[in-house]
Amino acid sequence: MSSAGRPTMTYREALRAALREALREDERVFLMGEDVGAYGGCFAVSLGLLEEFGPERIRDTPLSESAFVGAGIGAAVAGLRPIVEIMTVNFSLLALDQILNNAASLLHMSGGQFNVPLVIRMTTGAGRQLAAQHSHSLEGWYAHIPGLRVVAPATVADARGMLRPALDDPDPVLFFEHGSLYNTSGPLEEDPAPVDLDHAAVRRPGGDVTLVTYGGSLPPTLEAADHLAAGGVDAEVIDLRTLRPLDDATIMDSVRRTHRVVVVDEGWRSGSLSAEVSARITEQAMYDLDGPVERVCSAEVPLPYAQHLEEAALPRPDRIVAAARRLLE
Amino acid sequence: MSDFTMPSLGADMDQGTLLEWLVSPGDRVHKGDPVAVVDTSKAAIEVEVFEDGVVGELLVPPGTTVQVGTPLARIDATGSGMSTPAASPAAPAPSVAVPRPPRSSVRATPLARRLADELGVDIDRLGRPGGLPVRAEDVRAAAQRPPSDQPAVEQRPTEPPSAVATRHDSMRATIAARMSRANRDIPHYFLSSDVDLGPAMRWLREHNLPLPVAERVVPAALLLRASALAAAATPELNGFWVDDGFVPGDGVHLAVATSLRGGGLLAPVLHDADHLSVDALMAALRDLVTRARTGRLRAAELSDPTLTVTNLGDQGADSVHGVIYPPQVALVGFGRVADRPWAVEGLLGVRPSTTVTLAADHRATDGFTGSRFLALVDHHLQHPEDL
Repeated sequence: MSSAGRPTMTYREALRAALREALREDERVFLMGEDVGAYGGCFAVSLGLLEEFGPERIRDTPLSESAFVGAGIGAAVAGLRPIVEIMTVNFSLLALDQILNNAASLLHMSGGQFNVPLVIRMTTGAGRQLAAQHSHSLEGWYAHIPGLRVVAPATVADARGMLRPALDDPDPVLFFEHGSLYNTSGPLEEDPAPVDLDHAAVRRPGGDVTLVTYGGSLPPTLEAADHLAAGGVDAEVIDLRTLRPLDDATIMDSVRRTHRVVVVDEGWRSGSLSAEVSARITEQAMYDLDGPVERVCSAEVPLPYAQHLEEAALPRPDRIVAAARRLLE
Repeated sequence: MSDFTMPSLGADMDQGTLLEWLVSPGDRVHKGDPVAVVDTSKAAIEVEVFEDGVVGELLVPPGTTVQVGTPLARIDATGSGMSTPAASPAAPAPSVAVPRPPRSSVRATPLARRLADELGVDIDRLGRPGGLPVRAEDVRAAAQRPPSDQPAVEQRPTEPPSAVATRHDSMRATIAARMSRANRDIPHYFLSSDVDLGPAMRWLREHNLPLPVAERVVPAALLLRASALAAAATPELNGFWVDDGFVPGDGVHLAVATSLRGGGLLAPVLHDADHLSVDALMAALRDLVTRARTGRLRAAELSDPTLTVTNLGDQGADSVHGVIYPPQVALVGFGRVADRPWAVEGLLGVRPSTTVTLAADHRATDGFTGSRFLALVDHHLQHPEDL
């Protein structure tokens, strides 16, 4: 029990609770993916669900991303509510054809006749020494694709509360879970309200500089905000939550108050989600800027295995603090 | 058909008020004819047309203030009966194009610029060390300083400029802004030399003897002539500091600082002064000063000076250490001409003499160049017969 009297829970447990609730409440919901059943999910998210719901609804699949994502799309079109798990976003590229050419396009190509009510969960991000093929943050690529909703829960509460609205969405939703978040824990209501997927969250209010981030970059960004606060700088932290469509209003509202922005994104800088956020800020709030939009992104390299190199490649709190300080110089 | 546009009558002018049209649609005009009277913050100026043609539509009614470059009238250069068909229909850019400092050389954030506009702060005066951009905070701080601390902001009259008091105020404001900028931006160095004017005064007396009073040459003309020749020989002092670099003038165009009745200064320009004989220079000077004081100068007569000369005359101080008029890089000053003790070949005598000073922009030149200039002025004044 937390000091607030609410139970604490890990991000992993919160996701499992959300899955369990969805499976219990809607017969059409089922989970499929590599090792989600007998093994309990490679990140142990679905541990115990096979025993509770059986192999019809917790389905292990062959190592064929394109096949099982395509099967998920077919099931969704046929009226089910599949939740497809892809181990890491790197592997999802094998299913990119299904995601982009089918899931994202069918509604348009059918003249509005077929929705694809599919949820695809993926692990993203680095920080766990899993090397280049398991560590990238490619959600910005998916946020490029019209027809998809792309969400990235960053807190335990969002992990618990985002799945239900994602399943309720009649269109495909990509659900990005940062690998470094699974072991984080936080307080959680017994029966939390569903999360509003249309709006970004202000995780920390402040007036001097806006730090825009999402997902796995939220903890280092909050840590940076603590450092800045110790130096007398009052940073506002915005958690985008939904990467497509972006909630421009929340970002611009903050920029118009603070006049300075640092966008923190674990993706690569060039052509990234942070580039999109930065461009929108210059389009919509240019004359409120009291300095350039700063970006703190990953080094543009395949992410290294060696711990110190991986650390050096990622947007760490000191780099975020330095970027914010540059704006206040 | 081409446009007759509002000219820039000086580096500090970015808008002007059309006071009067001197032509009507259908009038035939020739290059150099005055066609309109334009009011700047300093004076009413007759502006000339730069091509031959027939006046078409007048686009701007008298009393209107417009930006430099705004079309004022249409000129039909191909009008029938053109006596000079060689006149290019695509008239070249008016020669009044003056090397202008960039609109705003200061780096500032968009918010800072917006706030500066809203709060009426001149952002050009808020440079930060190390090239850091001006931020909103700097603008707010500037806006809160009492007005006396605030650098002068250039004001231009919006009322009918015939009001003398308004003209006077705006001229003061313009001078204030220019001189503040000069003192802030230009690292001045000052040199001076005492010059024996004995030979020059003797020559002048003889030169003037046969001339009718109206054509006699005053000492100022000799001093200007000597300055013009010295400037031609030291081109590093004859030009502009623009965009962090020196741009030499395309000739020696001396601005003659002229005080006006009731206060204020104008600096009409003697173009190519190094090519004018002393008599021609005197005639031009007399004409310019008279019209400057009656407020009827032409545009070309205020444009593109490359070097300013200020001459305090007989009633003035012994010497003048002037402030350079940006974007020029030097200013020559002459104190009064007076009889002073003068040592020549070990003996003390009395000679008419003056102190010539040079205020120069240290970014463009060093004292060596300035010294050479003063030595040349001295040299020319010792040989007035060659002037």
